[in-house]
Amino acid sequence: MARSVEREKRSKHLVEEWVGRVYTLICVGLLVLTIFSMVYFVASKGLSTFFRDGVNPIDLFTGVKWAPESEPPLFGALPFIVGSFSTSILAALIAAPLGFCAAVFIVELMPKFGRKVLQPVIELLAGIPSVVYGFVGLSVIVPFFRDIFPGQGLGLAAGGVVLSIMILPTITTIATDALAALPSGLKEGSYALGSTRWQTIYRIVLPTTLPALLTGIVLGIARAFGEALAVQMVIGNAPHIPRSLFESASTLTSAITLSMGNTIMGTAHNNALWTLALILLTMTFVFVFIVRWLERRSKV
Amino acid sequence: MQDVGLKAKNLSVFYGEKQAVKDISLDFNARQVTALIGPSGCGKSTFLRSLNRMNDLIPGAKITGEVWIGDQNILSPRTDVVLLRQKIGMVWQRPNPFHKSIYENIAFGPRYHGIRDKKKLDEIVEQSLRKAALWEETKDRLHKSALALSGGQQQRLCIARSIAVRPDIILMDEPASALDPVSTAKIEELIAELKQEYCIIIVTHNMHQAARVSDRTAFFLMGELVEFDQTDKMFTNPANQQTSDYISGRFG
Repeated sequence: MARSVEREKRSKHLVEEWVGRVYTLICVGLLVLTIFSMVYFVASKGLSTFFRDGVNPIDLFTGVKWAPESEPPLFGALPFIVGSFSTSILAALIAAPLGFCAAVFIVELMPKFGRKVLQPVIELLAGIPSVVYGFVGLSVIVPFFRDIFPGQGLGLAAGGVVLSIMILPTITTIATDALAALPSGLKEGSYALGSTRWQTIYRIVLPTTLPALLTGIVLGIARAFGEALAVQMVIGNAPHIPRSLFESASTLTSAITLSMGNTIMGTAHNNALWTLALILLTMTFVFVFIVRWLERRSKV
Repeated sequence: MQDVGLKAKNLSVFYGEKQAVKDISLDFNARQVTALIGPSGCGKSTFLRSLNRMNDLIPGAKITGEVWIGDQNILSPRTDVVLLRQKIGMVWQRPNPFHKSIYENIAFGPRYHGIRDKKKLDEIVEQSLRKAALWEETKDRLHKSALALSGGQQQRLCIARSIAVRPDIILMDEPASALDPVSTAKIEELIAELKQEYCIIIVTHNMHQAARVSDRTAFFLMGELVEFDQTDKMFTNPANQQTSDYISGRFG
């Protein structure tokens, strides 16, 4: 009698174990399948520009003229690549020092107020939809640049500034966590040697947390690189390499969102847009790889 | 310069409402080791941390009383704590080397106090490491990471690091409690060596250690100073019953 009850319970545990295993396996399988099919789809579409439409990859990566509807069509994507990189890096250059200094204030100067009020407020920035950023950029930053600098105000500078505000929460949050997780005793050790607070921040806190700070910056760049809407609204969307920061330009993302609806699936123009998407996807992989590498290094 | 001792007068420390150190007066002599002993939470570490104003870093901590080094009351608000801490070195329970090379760990302090000359810095690094009995083990890898050293070596590096800024007084907060017996013995030897030049104040949980390294011992209990005497006398013939009970291991 007791034995049969035990056997019944055991088989129940076995069933539970296997239901759990199969269910989680299906979930992870679906995720992996989605990722693989996305990559496959983008890659097959993007690569057909080279294999089916016969565009020379070198022309695509170095050409400065993008005229897919002209005769013969030209697929020079360099202006978009330059636009994407320069806006993202400009954004990081603006946001990184701001984010780090904000994190220093939050962690070192006013820990109570900073952690309770400032950090949530900064993280709130991450939740604002990108169209709002674009709109604010268009109605505040662009006119501001137009008044001070020659040109329409639309361009890389406006794009970089809008993006820098968008990636500020990422960089600040990661920097705050890194500063807060500083091994205990290091700061005290530095103070006990007669260093000032700022010497300690500059000489101990900054170098020790550098890998984590860089991780935040790379994640910020990755986000800026992939942002489409807000940039598209303020950058001007002229498909050429601008000679100044205040001249109209384009990025990979803005080129895709602008033209995707106007092309026919399977045409050379449409495929060329997929190639731009493939470049974006590849760069995202590179960013993820860099982040992984930085994290591994910071553990040593 | 090396005859500097330290006098605490009516020192009290509060954490919020709680008084962790109660009205303690103690003199510390130059070229002597003074041990502070007592059970956990008796205020000995808090007392130690007041002597170089490390408690300033703890929110809500308040200190009253006086601490005199020569003719300067270091608790006065006019004291520049940065300058003060150059005169008072400190070593913690857990070694806390900076994530830098061995050389940079030692050169950190002196460099910030204005010594830029490479030769001079080299000299200070060698001297400090020699004094901390670490030179022979590290001279071939001065520019390697200090984190690759063993725990005992790291602790001696931290001692070398505080010597490098030429303090008069060295505070040690259970410097050997995280170390193995061999490393502990080395640290104790080092303390005996260092007391020829410095005023050393050491907090320890280990009564045998206090008996081995110190000249004088202060016994703390519940934030109060119970007894303060020559170490020999304290451990053989304590005046107070509580001291006697603690030393013989009846509580603690």
